[in-house]
Amino acid sequence: MSTMATTHRPFRSATAEPLSVRWLLIGFTFAFLIVFLLLPLIVVFVQAFAGGIKAYFAALADPDSLSAIWLTLKTAAIAVLLNTLFGVAAAWLVAKFEFRGKDFLITLIDLPFSVSPVISGMVFVLIFGAQTWLGGWLIDHDIRIIFAQTGLVLATVFVTFPFVARELIPLMQAQGSDEEYAALSLGASGWQTFWLVTLPNIRWGLLYGILLCNARAMGEFGAVSVVSGKIRGASNTMPLHVEVLYQDNKMVAAFAVASLLALLALLTLGLKTFLEWRHGDELAALRGR
Amino acid sequence: MQISIRQLSKSYGSVAALNAIDLDIASGELLALLGPSGSGKTTLLRAIAGLEPINGGRIQFGDIDATELSVQERRVGFVFQHYALFKHMSVLDNITFGLRVRKRKYRPAREEIRRRGEELLKLVQLGGLEARYPNQLSGGQRQRVALARALAIEPRVLLLDEPFGALDAKVRKELRVWLRQLHDETGYTTVFVTHDQEEALELADRVVVMNAGSIEQVDTPEAILRRPATRFVAEFVERDAAGHYTAAHPPHPRTVHERVAHAVRVG
Amino acid sequence: MGTIAIPHLTRAPSRRRAMPGFGLTLGFTLSYLSLIVLIPLAALAFNAAGLGVGGIWKVLNTSQVINALKLSFGGALVAAAINAVFGSLIAWTFVRYDFPGKRALQAMIDLPFALPTAVAGIALTALYSVPTVPSPAQGWLGVPLEALGVKVAYTQLGVIVAMTFISLPFVVRTLEPVLEQIDRQYEEAAATLGATRWQAVSRIVFPALQPALLTGTALAFARAVGEYGSIIFIAGNLPNLTQIAPLLIAINLDQHEIGAATAIAAAMLALSFAILFAINLLQAWVRRSERKSA
Repeated sequence: MSTMATTHRPFRSATAEPLSVRWLLIGFTFAFLIVFLLLPLIVVFVQAFAGGIKAYFAALADPDSLSAIWLTLKTAAIAVLLNTLFGVAAAWLVAKFEFRGKDFLITLIDLPFSVSPVISGMVFVLIFGAQTWLGGWLIDHDIRIIFAQTGLVLATVFVTFPFVARELIPLMQAQGSDEEYAALSLGASGWQTFWLVTLPNIRWGLLYGILLCNARAMGEFGAVSVVSGKIRGASNTMPLHVEVLYQDNKMVAAFAVASLLALLALLTLGLKTFLEWRHGDELAALRGR
Repeated sequence: MQISIRQLSKSYGSVAALNAIDLDIASGELLALLGPSGSGKTTLLRAIAGLEPINGGRIQFGDIDATELSVQERRVGFVFQHYALFKHMSVLDNITFGLRVRKRKYRPAREEIRRRGEELLKLVQLGGLEARYPNQLSGGQRQRVALARALAIEPRVLLLDEPFGALDAKVRKELRVWLRQLHDETGYTTVFVTHDQEEALELADRVVVMNAGSIEQVDTPEAILRRPATRFVAEFVERDAAGHYTAAHPPHPRTVHERVAHAVRVG
Repeated sequence: MGTIAIPHLTRAPSRRRAMPGFGLTLGFTLSYLSLIVLIPLAALAFNAAGLGVGGIWKVLNTSQVINALKLSFGGALVAAAINAVFGSLIAWTFVRYDFPGKRALQAMIDLPFALPTAVAGIALTALYSVPTVPSPAQGWLGVPLEALGVKVAYTQLGVIVAMTFISLPFVVRTLEPVLEQIDRQYEEAAATLGATRWQAVSRIVFPALQPALLTGTALAFARAVGEYGSIIFIAGNLPNLTQIAPLLIAINLDQHEIGAATAIAAAMLALSFAILFAINLLQAWVRRSERKSA
């Protein structure tokens, strides 16, 4: 072009920082996130394979480890199922109906997020512990809740209680009820409306909520730690088993089990990022709460 | 302040948004940039303000070569289409913002800033509303606050992007008359962008008709109506049988070129 | 069915009746909420009431408990402040700049939410401690930091590092959507009025971000206060020095000191609920100011 710029000073956009500031911030973000977030993750795998691949798999094949893995999977499955049912019901209630105390109900649903995990586990000890009347009665009838899987499930359900509801409520509120009314007016029953109209509209949000709920359920430590009693091979979940192995100074084994949990975290992050990228417009979490 | 623009070019990738624009604006003139969306009129306005990088050409403010000046250094009063009033600031704080951000050396004393803010509020006929917040004002009031804010920095030139676009028809007419009066009182060189031919022809001293990044004609409203220089101008400012300018929508962008430019601007 | 029944034509139902499921979802939601959350928390309140104010005070008024509460709340305050600053810078970088690797970094931000706290705990400990026996990844940061005279593992600084790690995503995640919605026109307007870039950011953008920043910081604080798993490994748990309040609860429960555990938990919850209340007020305020400007 004959009229090519004779400009000597580069154009400074009114809404951009100088290049030096920009590179400083990008550099800082890289450095901070790599040192502060990525390095701990790398440490887990380096330590896990410190004794070689054989030692790694030997640690995982240990019966106590296998039983911890199995217990974690069972506990998380039950907790996620229950909280998903609850999340869908609560979201339907809040999004489709007007009633007094709705805002208060939403606050109550978020409540477990602001309770320390240790306290979340402790409340079940207060109810079912041996020191209570109920606890004594349960022991007399040989029903175990504390120091058994029921206690682990209860504590996990408490801690992961809000995840699905929290994702679905804003999503269903944003979507409104027009499609449901249309289905009902065409003669669909309530259940048909839910399965054929509502569920397809919320499926990605639901999956997103389940994903986060599951990650927390499998990884919960504080709450299950006080109700478990940490009986190896019986009431030890994976995170608790990590602690037991660590206290026993079995570093390779501790980090080997930890590496499985870290893989779970990576898988969760990957799926989450994929959902945000592919179905971002259908996720309430991205719209800014 | 007289403004001259020489060979101003701007492109988005391979699509030209401004084609070697030459334009002289006389000191104290009220000039309209008229054209359909995507014609480059807003890009030209933003280039004059220094908000948009250009690929070539020069912009002169009087004796000053403004081409390489930053937005801040150009000292233009820019009124945004949706006003861009600062929500968290009162009307007075909005108006005096340009004075308050000056370096201490050039900053007037606090009482002086307040006095000038109140003076400007009176000028735009909003005296007494200094403590209000933007969300407590009507559309027309907001527009006048935006104008007062731009005037506060004693700009070299006043640039208005679709100044009446966000207002309803009745307020629009009133403000149009008022803006003309204000311009005659203050004498600032003023450039405004519009896609409404009636607005441009009634209000401006001269009208620049733009299409596809080029200037089709620069002339007085009468000349544009009587002697349109190109077919595009003739069609764009067509009058109906009763002698009114057609209130119909401006012609759609017709060239492929322009449609791309339009898409780029909108996107 | 011989005729098609069209009930909503014959009898105009109210909006509530037109949409089915109110009774079912209300019943299920309230019973489940009560069973899982409300009754257990009520049990805590009931037990705490049984101790009485005097009983609770007796537990709290020991140097070990007071120091633990101080560390949990004070450390969380420091961690939240660190995250407010760094989180803002990171959110700004994510929203305003494009650079290779951005998507990977953005995915990484949520790592502290996804990584089980026990794993974070032992990893941070390995990273920041100084190994006594040779160990492959142990001391990567601990050794150089010790050379600089900074001890992290088994100190209060270690507690703050873990708290910062665990609550990092809150500020970034709260700020990102708000920052994305800010129209650049406000900054352009400030620039045409002569404001420098810094003045535009500090006087125009920052006030618009402030409510979200406060919310994010408060959320980070609340999370750090109650955090347990990631801290207890790196803290070293020395009484009066690096013991956090949740650990004291766990220790008391372990020793069947239910009363003492209840007292500390009640104190923590009372403070936490005050924070939750403040967060809700803040969020209501943000929503109101957004509605006003709409």
